[in-house]
Amino acid sequence: MNIVVCIKQVPDSDKVTIDRETNRLNRAGVPSIINPFDENALEMALQLKDAHGGKVTVISMGPPQAEEALRTALSHGADEAVLISDRKFGGADTWATSYTISLAVKKLGDVDLVLFGKQAIDGDTAQVGPGVAHFLDIPALTYAKAVEVTGETLKVTKVTEDGYEVWDIDKPCALTVVKEANQLRMPSLKKKMAAKKAEIPCWGFNELQPDEEKIGLAGSPTKVSKVFAPPVKLNKEILSGEPAEMITELIQKLKERNVL
Amino acid sequence: MGANIDYGITEEQQEIVNLIDDFGKERIVPVRAELDEKGIFPSDLLKELAQMDLMGLYIPEEYGGFEAGQLGFCLAIETMSKYCIGVSVSYAANALGADPILIGGSDEQKKKYLPPLASGEKWAAFGLTEPNAGSDAGGIATTAVKKGDKYILNGTKQWITNGGEADIYTVFAVTNKAKGARGVSCFIVEKGTPGFSFGKKEDKLGIRASATRELVFEDCEVPAENLIGREGMGFLLAMKTFDISRPGIASQGVGLAQGALDEAVKYAKVRKQFNKPIIANQGLLWMLSEMATKVETARAITYAACRTIDSGIKEVSKISAMCKYYAGDVAMSVTTDAVQVFGGYGFMKEYPVEKMMRDAKILQIYEGTNQIQRDIVGMALVKEYASA
Amino acid sequence: MSTTKELWVFAEQREGKIAGVVYELLSEGQILCEKSGYTLCAVLPSADGASLCQELYNFGAKKVYTIDDPKLKDYQNDYYSRAVAQLIHEKKPEIVLYGATTIGRSLAPTVAVMVNAGLTADCTQLDFDVEAGNLLQTRPAFGGNIMATIICPDNRPQMATVRSNVFKKTKVSDSESGEQVSYNVDLSAVPERMRRLESVHEADNTIDLNAAQYIVSGGRGVGKPENFKIIYDLASELGAAVGASRATVDAGWISHHHQVGQTGKTVCPVVYVACGISGAIQHLAGMQSSDVIVAINKDPDAPIFDVADFGLIGDLHAIVPEFQKQIAAAKA
Repeated sequence: MNIVVCIKQVPDSDKVTIDRETNRLNRAGVPSIINPFDENALEMALQLKDAHGGKVTVISMGPPQAEEALRTALSHGADEAVLISDRKFGGADTWATSYTISLAVKKLGDVDLVLFGKQAIDGDTAQVGPGVAHFLDIPALTYAKAVEVTGETLKVTKVTEDGYEVWDIDKPCALTVVKEANQLRMPSLKKKMAAKKAEIPCWGFNELQPDEEKIGLAGSPTKVSKVFAPPVKLNKEILSGEPAEMITELIQKLKERNVL
Repeated sequence: MGANIDYGITEEQQEIVNLIDDFGKERIVPVRAELDEKGIFPSDLLKELAQMDLMGLYIPEEYGGFEAGQLGFCLAIETMSKYCIGVSVSYAANALGADPILIGGSDEQKKKYLPPLASGEKWAAFGLTEPNAGSDAGGIATTAVKKGDKYILNGTKQWITNGGEADIYTVFAVTNKAKGARGVSCFIVEKGTPGFSFGKKEDKLGIRASATRELVFEDCEVPAENLIGREGMGFLLAMKTFDISRPGIASQGVGLAQGALDEAVKYAKVRKQFNKPIIANQGLLWMLSEMATKVETARAITYAACRTIDSGIKEVSKISAMCKYYAGDVAMSVTTDAVQVFGGYGFMKEYPVEKMMRDAKILQIYEGTNQIQRDIVGMALVKEYASA
Repeated sequence: MSTTKELWVFAEQREGKIAGVVYELLSEGQILCEKSGYTLCAVLPSADGASLCQELYNFGAKKVYTIDDPKLKDYQNDYYSRAVAQLIHEKKPEIVLYGATTIGRSLAPTVAVMVNAGLTADCTQLDFDVEAGNLLQTRPAFGGNIMATIICPDNRPQMATVRSNVFKKTKVSDSESGEQVSYNVDLSAVPERMRRLESVHEADNTIDLNAAQYIVSGGRGVGKPENFKIIYDLASELGAAVGASRATVDAGWISHHHQVGQTGKTVCPVVYVACGISGAIQHLAGMQSSDVIVAINKDPDAPIFDVADFGLIGDLHAIVPEFQKQIAAAKA
């Protein structure tokens, strides 16, 4: 089975801190990681490959340094990697990103399955997976936690608010994968050494030949109109002292606010 | 590895360290307290280490290993030991079990037994110690009697690390009682061989994740081709094995002490008493300084031993014994001090340092007690200065 | 101002029952329509929508587009997106709002690329710029540390998803009138590429975090898995759901179903009690839109206190049981 896993490089949110003066993120020195949910998509792909053979290709759209995330994916066991990067792709929202990634998947050719993490932790939009699927004209299921190959189709278990659903879906198809699905295996030493030297092709405007109207800022219907710090909590109260006294005071205050 | 000190580590060795450091944080730390408390053998962790290509670091490439050398392998053990030496001993004991084959095995034996160990498909263990043969390895009572193309083994091995879990055992038995230590031979015995069974799993003070069991041989028939080298070579094989395994134990000590130091410094910075962090007390700060210096000296002598072995020098008993006892003693002292830094919390199982202190004790005992190591160093001195 | 322009709410139904978030969106839609002069409408794909319209009118919908087809009985991405996209093409609404449910988060992005619309996920605030005629869609960016207001100046419709519990439900009355507009979509041309085999509701006696009014969460400060008992005890006294930080989930102290934060669930209860949670951005992202946040932590410098309404500095192992005791006493 030929599987494409779309990954995104994001700042490690566990290590991001807030500048208390400006209420902005201190991003300097914050390590970049593979979006955690994309790790689950990658592991799902590797398990399918272990069981049924085939090839796992990871692709990532982003700045040149996103290559690092692709090398990491190779060290975990992906077979090939392609970077999608071009200044002209900059400023893309989820619409333009979906379009651009779909061109890269088409260029890869014969693909049975396209996997995504359920969402990226920096944007939390969860839109690119279904978007790419539509541009590729393939069916999509979101929030997949398990997949089984059943002849020509796939049997997919997807998480819902209060349980799960089991779907039978034609190949090729796209799935977005939840954390419950698995845990990404550790990298292997040999693959890690090989990943450092691996040739990672970079596909840009010339390689993908996109419709100029549909990429980057021009292809993005949404625009950021303003960015501001979240409202700070007013009337914050810090209590200290004996537990019993603190709690008595807390309960009284919660009642005053009509929340208890 | 120590921070900001240049030990001349290669890029490849650094990759090994980074990989195992991630493994320690992501895989060992979340489970180590439970493995310790319940005495669970870390099978899943060893399987994952296999998938990471790390089970064959000590095995030459021609037998499917990664051939990382003594230093590369010891860096792996050290890094893993920061997080749990119950896990790292289960890992390293594979090498201990395989070393007699690596050192004295025939090409056929190497081809048969080393590749599955390198891939991690099989695990190994080393069977020397007996109820009445601990430091005095010459007191072995297990016998191997040749009958046609087989040896018949009878006897009991005690406190065998990875016992019951391993598939391939290198077992020492007497083939000629009259010759004493020179009458001991070493055999490869596979799990499942009729007449080969296991005793109960021991309940231990420390390294509780590791499996320690008796190996019981009752008229156990082993093919003659499983003899390693020649009859009577067993004692020499054991000594040569220890020469290269002891830096591994030293690496456990270095890693364990480093882990305890890391915990102690972090805690001393956040724990406040009398409105200041306790690290602001000179008495405590100096304790930490001593701990750090001990860790670094233990590391330096251990790397020196590894490099000596990697250089091909044959006579390494002295430096191996030195690093083993020194790093083992450092681990005991640094983990004890780490508990002291934590105060009452250090005594509680909620914090990791009490386990580290319990675990450290074995490093002064196994693979030759630290007293025996001093004997080895002393004997080397006597030999070196014989002509002086 | 034109009265023909419309604001739509996707009326998500499961097994013939309208999702709660739909009423919340209609309630917010009433306010937006007051500002914009648009007509508030609902779009209801189902097997038979007529019986579901009244409650949608009661929450302010003046018009309900029902798209009835046996294939729309249960959610299926291909059929639903085709139906909604076709209706959008034809009726050209200005705004379409979706609940950020597992269904809404599949449907909205698919429809967005089909109709060439902008889509903003997980808005926490919606407003209308009367002069420019734009929907102002505000959402937390990067873990809630920055708020961003998004507009779609050149594309229509403007689409947004909103999580449940973000907007309050406001019923107009129990007997509002409205107009049902039946709309037919020919789904026979849509290839059947996926089939639902099974739908399972898991009986879970723990309260759903997303819907919970009260949440008591434990972090690394809880110390060890057994100590989660005091968290559970307080939660049960408060009728609260139990949450947890990523650190405790990663350590295996509690199942990931309880994880609150960026890689777990995003919650917005009336009261969120954070016990022994330091407040990594990862966690704050999942809970800082709670109405009232109570933080219990022994470290006065813990970042959790930056977002707390009430901060209790001290040992949670003493404070949490005391909290439970006093709540129990107040009930008695």
